[in-house]
Amino acid sequence: MARLNDDNVRLAQEIIGRYPRPRSATIPLLHLAQEQEGYLTQDAIKHVAELVGATSAEVLGTATFYEMFKFEPVGKYLINICGTMSCALMGAEELMHHAEERLGVKAGGTTSDGLFTLEHAECQAACTEAPCLQVNYRHAFRVTNADLDTLIDDLRAGTLDGEIPAHGTLARVRQSIPADKAAGVVTPEQVGAPAWFPAKDPS
Amino acid sequence: MSTYRWAAGYIDDGDRPKIVTSRFEYEDSYTLERYHATGGYDGLKRALAKAPNEVHDEVRGATILGRGGAGFPAGTKWGLMPADKYPRYLVVNGDESEPGTYKDRLLMERDPHQLIEGCLIAAYAAGLAQVFLYIRGEMPLAHERVGQALNEAYAAGYIGKNILGTNFSVDIVLHWGAGAYVVGEETALIESLEGKRGEPRLKPPFFPAAIGLYGQPTIVNNVETLSNLPWLLVNGMEAYTAIGTQTSPGTRMVAVSGHVNRPGVYEIINGTTTFRDLFYGEEFCQGIRNGNELKAFVPGGGSAPWFTPDQLDLPFEGRLVGAAGSMLGSGAIMVMDHTTDIPAAALTLTRFYAHESCGQCTPCREGGTWLERVLARVVAGNGTPADLDQLMEIGESICPGDFPHAANEALGLAATPFPYKMTTICFVGPSAYAPVHSALTLFRSEFEAKITRRNSIPVAAIHSTPAPAGAH
Ligand SMILES: Cc1cc2nc3c(=O)[nH]c(=O)nc-3n(C[C@H](O)[C@H](O)[C@H](O)COP(=O)(O)O)c2cc1C
Ligand code: SF4
Ligand code: FES
Repeated sequence: MARLNDDNVRLAQEIIGRYPRPRSATIPLLHLAQEQEGYLTQDAIKHVAELVGATSAEVLGTATFYEMFKFEPVGKYLINICGTMSCALMGAEELMHHAEERLGVKAGGTTSDGLFTLEHAECQAACTEAPCLQVNYRHAFRVTNADLDTLIDDLRAGTLDGEIPAHGTLARVRQSIPADKAAGVVTPEQVGAPAWFPAKDPS
Repeated sequence: MSTYRWAAGYIDDGDRPKIVTSRFEYEDSYTLERYHATGGYDGLKRALAKAPNEVHDEVRGATILGRGGAGFPAGTKWGLMPADKYPRYLVVNGDESEPGTYKDRLLMERDPHQLIEGCLIAAYAAGLAQVFLYIRGEMPLAHERVGQALNEAYAAGYIGKNILGTNFSVDIVLHWGAGAYVVGEETALIESLEGKRGEPRLKPPFFPAAIGLYGQPTIVNNVETLSNLPWLLVNGMEAYTAIGTQTSPGTRMVAVSGHVNRPGVYEIINGTTTFRDLFYGEEFCQGIRNGNELKAFVPGGGSAPWFTPDQLDLPFEGRLVGAAGSMLGSGAIMVMDHTTDIPAAALTLTRFYAHESCGQCTPCREGGTWLERVLARVVAGNGTPADLDQLMEIGESICPGDFPHAANEALGLAATPFPYKMTTICFVGPSAYAPVHSALTLFRSEFEAKITRRNSIPVAAIHSTPAPAGAH
């Protein structure tokens, strides 16, 4: 029973309303579903499909293409250690070994208390701060083995709850377009140049 | 430790003209209040006082080379849309994920209003009726900062209906990615924005300016490209082209990572700053770590062929770097000192591209996987001499003919300039081969040593500190 709850359905409809084609809202809606449950259930995929007017197979096909969508439960904290070149040059492999030892799981595994999932990740756009990692996609920079130990302790103790929401929650600030200010969706069917724009582009 | 140290590391205190990073020194650089206090939205006001085609001419005259990788001038791109087909869309490429690249995330986190203003100026000048701002999924802080800024800008009347009391109306929609490198390719970005798998489309016919989002003319521009527009509109074309060179005006953000003393993101003068300046200059990286020797560097993101100290005096200028056998790409420079295990370093990139292949093209899907497998075998000390030829043969199936590489005096090599031929739809396939080709061409003896000395070189030599014996 993991369809989107009422609040999320309202949010989903608001998001769908911003796009010329409902299906464009697929990925944002999948994120909503993942935020609600921590991962994507079959019911959620079906529900998203209904909302955007696609088949479940189409939505599943989209979802499986993207790394961030999980199809089974992961830990409350997803720890992604970057292993691409800049981080590798600065000791990412050692950091991964240390994390595996410390958490007692191999990359790809989840600790038995369900708190941590450890994964290999690719470049996180923080290459000058190598080696780096993300916890639920929040960056930590220039991470030493000792930093990692402290981080894991802090996460266990709950002292970072304010900074790092549980897996699934991305942004805690959302866009909202006030109805009285919106220019409105522009569908491909709309004819003619926009009001401010000369129909004959002199360029 | 703080896990939210997004502010750490950015230390560009150099005394140079700053076009896109001018507000980074302020703690509250991302707020509307700070933006207003530092001339924010003046560029939009100036644009709206002109006709759209005048603004377009200004952008064309400034020759803002696209900062997403291909370096195509923004003003020229906007002129490629068919004159009679509407509506037109703007898709902002904030998917930054090319290995080594770190600038768009900073621009979104630190100066979201500048990006928004840039989007508005572009939409006005090119007649783009709706804007979609596609941010990489793994960047929640950028989502929050841009989301907050959009909300503020709507409330202040900068976005939406009848902007600043004119007949210019446009919405900007914040869109979330979900983790797939190839989606950064512009046609894949459009597929993804349509709610599909992010698989690149064939060009031709699917040039976005002609057939883009929902089949309509679409401009895809990079975050940094658009972030230049507010400054340009306030200061004018002459001021813009007075910085940098004629072919590469303005500034560029570059991320220098790896074995330098002061890795960082620097806004440099376009076209004149040399790699030597960057690696050894006081205001930049201040030398190679521990006083070590420079061995090699990747000048333009993981896809770019490698350079060695022979190319240190080249300036950051696209044509010169292209003629020298590489590319500037997305302003990502990765530096390797003499302790680096070159085959192992190449493997980290080849593995990336093999992993990120979308699977549509056989040479990329199969070739990438094979490159990774054979290279991994060699790096692990289990290779045979035939493996090195096989790597080149696989590369030949992805990129037939001569592949670009740098000149090397010690090896008696002349440069093979860009571009290359390819059998794939997009550049992911060739990118899997680029590091292998560079490493094998410039450092073949290191591969041979691994093969003849079987197992005797620890993979961990790539690390900054030696791994304990038997760690692997
Ligand atoms: C595999 C691949 C990945 C790319 N990733 C990005 C990216 O993350 N961000 C980006 O702006 N451009 C990326 N590009 C380049 C885009 O296709 C496109 O050229 C660019 O967004 C256009 O913007 P510009 O003209 O302002 O540079 C990528 C290209 C390829 C082939
Ligand atoms: S080159 Fe690779 S990533 Fe690009 S379209 Fe072909 S298979 Fe997909
Ligand atoms: S290589 Fe690790 S963040 Fe880019």
